[in-house]
Amino acid sequence: MSVVIEQPRSPRSRRGANWEKYGWMYMRASGALLVILIFGHLFTNLWAGEGIKAIDFAFVGGKWSNPFWQVWDGLMLWLALIHGTNGMRTIVNDYTSHEGIRKALNIALWGICAVLVVLGTLVILTFDPCPANGVAANLPSFCPAR
Amino acid sequence: MPTKPAGTLYRGKVGMWSWVLHRITGVAIFFFLLVHVLDTSLVRLSPEAYNAVVSTYKTPVVGLGELGLVAAILYHALNGVRVILIDFWRKGVKYQNVMFWVVVAIALIAFAGFAPRHLIHVFHLG
Repeated sequence: MSVVIEQPRSPRSRRGANWEKYGWMYMRASGALLVILIFGHLFTNLWAGEGIKAIDFAFVGGKWSNPFWQVWDGLMLWLALIHGTNGMRTIVNDYTSHEGIRKALNIALWGICAVLVVLGTLVILTFDPCPANGVAANLPSFCPAR
Repeated sequence: MPTKPAGTLYRGKVGMWSWVLHRITGVAIFFFLLVHVLDTSLVRLSPEAYNAVVSTYKTPVVGLGELGLVAAILYHALNGVRVILIDFWRKGVKYQNVMFWVVVAIALIAFAGFAPRHLIHVFHLG
């Protein structure tokens, strides 16, 4: 495939929506939000209290009993996965020389992104902090089984 | 006879290496994110399944890997802010070089604050 590099500042010849522009804007808008969301996530989960030592089912159960953290983590899930997948798309477009491989990799990337966004959203929305199948000692302190 | 390319503002300098590092850290964070969504999803299966998998995050090897992850996130996030400033701030291009070193400095300070605390937790020194 020969690549034609347009003259700088030549007018756009394609018609329809300029998806590359929206992608460029999305990376910056989501990136700015993700700085806040992920630094907050790292602070509460890895810095505050006992850090990584304290993370278990009861910890997550306690957090996701609060809509604030459900929204926080849900936003992080959507913004980060789409940001990461779009970044990987840019890299695939840069380094693949075979059109078929390029398309296949991009389809795989967006497929994985869609599956994980749906999975993660369902987990956050249908999560039960006090499941009947859990050993009582592993549940958050506010569960009746404790 | 091939001649050495003339120096440019970009090639071989901060502009290039900050971009290379942004890509490498981005790819690393992306693959961690895929794993992290899957491991967190185990809370929906059972408390025991989640606790079993998350306990591997507390082992020395993975604990050290988390230091690398946090370092990658610090750089990628702060350099991302630098990219936004280069694009949208009137003087962004003029100060891109100094902003890179500000990014490195802030990342190092934040990392120096995080690393000892995290290592104390991972190696049960506290």
